[in-house]
Amino acid sequence: MSQGASLRLHVPEPTGRPGHETDFSYLHLSRAGEVRKPPIDALPADTGDLAYTLVRVLDDEGRAVGPWVPEADPELLRRGLRAMMKTRAFDARMLIAQRQKKISFYIQCLGEEAIATGHALALQQGDMCFPTYRQQGLLLAREDVTMVEMICELMSNERDPLKGRQLPVCYSMKRAGFFSVSGNLATQFIQAVGWGMASAIKGDTRIASGWIGDGATAESDFHTALTFAHVYRAPVILNVVNNQWAISTFQAIAGGEATTFAARGVGCGIASLRVDGNDFLAVLAASRWAAQRARSNLGPTLIEWVTYRAGAHSTSDDPSRYRPADDWAHFPLGDPIPRLAQHLTAIGAWSQQEHEQTRADLEAQVNAALKEAERFGSMADGHVAGAATMFEDVYKDMPEHLKRQREQLSSEG
Amino acid sequence: MASMTMIQALRSAMDVMLERDDNVIIYGQDVGYFGGVFRCTEGLQAKYGRSRVFDAPINEGGIVGSAIGMGAYGLRPVVEVQFADYVYPAYDQIVSEAARLRYRSAGDFTAPITIRMPCGGGIYGGQTHSQSPEVLFTHVCGLRTVMPSNPRDAKGLLIASIENDDPVIFLEPKRLYNGPFDGHHDRPLVSWSAHPLGEVPEGYYTVPLESATVFRPGADLTVISYGTMVFVSEAAAQETGIDAEIIDLRSLWPLDLETLVASVKKTGRCVIVHEATRTSGFGAELAALVQEHCFHYLEAPIGRVAGWDTPYPHAQEWAYFPGPARVGAAFRRAMEN
Repeated sequence: MSQGASLRLHVPEPTGRPGHETDFSYLHLSRAGEVRKPPIDALPADTGDLAYTLVRVLDDEGRAVGPWVPEADPELLRRGLRAMMKTRAFDARMLIAQRQKKISFYIQCLGEEAIATGHALALQQGDMCFPTYRQQGLLLAREDVTMVEMICELMSNERDPLKGRQLPVCYSMKRAGFFSVSGNLATQFIQAVGWGMASAIKGDTRIASGWIGDGATAESDFHTALTFAHVYRAPVILNVVNNQWAISTFQAIAGGEATTFAARGVGCGIASLRVDGNDFLAVLAASRWAAQRARSNLGPTLIEWVTYRAGAHSTSDDPSRYRPADDWAHFPLGDPIPRLAQHLTAIGAWSQQEHEQTRADLEAQVNAALKEAERFGSMADGHVAGAATMFEDVYKDMPEHLKRQREQLSSEG
Repeated sequence: MASMTMIQALRSAMDVMLERDDNVIIYGQDVGYFGGVFRCTEGLQAKYGRSRVFDAPINEGGIVGSAIGMGAYGLRPVVEVQFADYVYPAYDQIVSEAARLRYRSAGDFTAPITIRMPCGGGIYGGQTHSQSPEVLFTHVCGLRTVMPSNPRDAKGLLIASIENDDPVIFLEPKRLYNGPFDGHHDRPLVSWSAHPLGEVPEGYYTVPLESATVFRPGADLTVISYGTMVFVSEAAAQETGIDAEIIDLRSLWPLDLETLVASVKKTGRCVIVHEATRTSGFGAELAALVQEHCFHYLEAPIGRVAGWDTPYPHAQEWAYFPGPARVGAAFRRAMEN
């Protein structure tokens, strides 16, 4: 018989549940400006400290401090703020559109707007992102993507570029460097590495950017991507958006307890950063650092973006059943939009009045875009791509059996 | 023309395509410096360099997943999974991603990749070096599944697969790598150099996908088969004296329905032969197709000879592998009706 106490299974729990406040002390926060900025050719093993601290630029007063303050003229930051506000306005209107049954399903990125929009501004034309379903900011930050074409996809209408085949939010836009979103988690993380490898094989200058959430890091493709990115020194940025929640599951169940997701990168020999995801300036600076590193043949970078999923997981989710209703209000890294607005106001590049005016303008733009998209119908009113198009694009050329099935559909209904 | 084994023919196909198309990239486990555990990529890295032909970590999902990313970029990767038995970790990438990328993005992105994998038994490979998982791919819309039975087809089909813009699962019966095999394991190994199908053109040519071939013309019954079982069926025809028309499907799905239907309408009898396990095996789809398209021409129930519904055993290899005796018995049953 063995000696000592009986073994016990450890099952992590969030500190906060409905009716109980969350204790956010688990987050390992650093003060703004406190964390060093290494040269872009830093060895992966020398980024160990960066994987356990937090790169932050904006302090509580909205001042930009420390080595990570990015070179960015106020116009670029104003553009970033507008992109975040646009993303939030878009999400808010699409949530209502889902409740109005104009679209069947929606996923918002409330509270995470800084990450995708700031990252988009750090990339170049031709780079390719491999997003999850919560990086709509990558599209909304771009001036060559219209909200109308995005809403047509959400409505699966006659103008839907994906011909009604995909669930809402599973956009695909090659021209905008936005890879086709899949419902299967983590699969795109290794594909991003492959795309980066291809760019290196061809002696190109473009880089890839892969995206994954905290929960999906538990999928095998996360580990696969890190291994391949390290082995082949692929020009890729590996973004882990740690919003603390995977539907109802706290990030500790994904393996985040007493460690960080950035630390996984260091363990695999990848330079890694852990960054305040609600600090637009930090997002811009860290993304640029990683992009420059990749573009200089110095290899991949893993970035853990620490943020909070402020909204429900999706329109099919009710977070009040598993976490405190006022959780976001207590999240120590706050809201990315007022944080950047505070900074811009402090440097005289923004004002309360401009903020309100911009918000009103963006809301009007979203409403107008929705109205225009509705002209092309919706799934609800049956204005979708014809049923015969269902058989197209399974293969490049339609095989005989699909021609027979298409014929059967048209003759038998 | 040159005398080639199937290994040499496959290598020649990759050599031809590496030469013709700068976007063709070859990688997989032990594929680079060493030239593959079956020698199929021998010499290719030395000839084309490490950025075109290289070794990969032991991670099938990573090999296929990265290839999909490369395909999205615009390359034409040809990747290897060391044994078909080890493809399962890549199944999500194959089914959820490669097969559906063109469809779900309405052609915005595509995955023009070829996934080579040695398959099949008859080599004392036991449970994880003998499987025939073709039905796991034929069932997936968006994939093409191909299996050659001889060096000449192997090269032409592989070139056609690499050039094809759809994802192709390219299954290579490793029992046929060095020579044809009719199931008589007690007889000496025959080399491809002694077989007319071992004569292979040295340069570029293709064998079109979705084209079956009549491997042995006959009048009594139609045998629908592919891979090693084509030779087993040929032996069974000879040994039973039944004049079987043996069709080698070559492309499993999408397939050449016309050739099958024409043959069964002519013979009125049909036996389907494959190594893979029987229940829900690809033979079930073939039987259903023949039944739907040839019902009024059939003079006997459609027969199926397959591996038993068990994992592939080691010591019981020849009781498991559908050899000429078992195939011949099915021919006789079909003729009795």
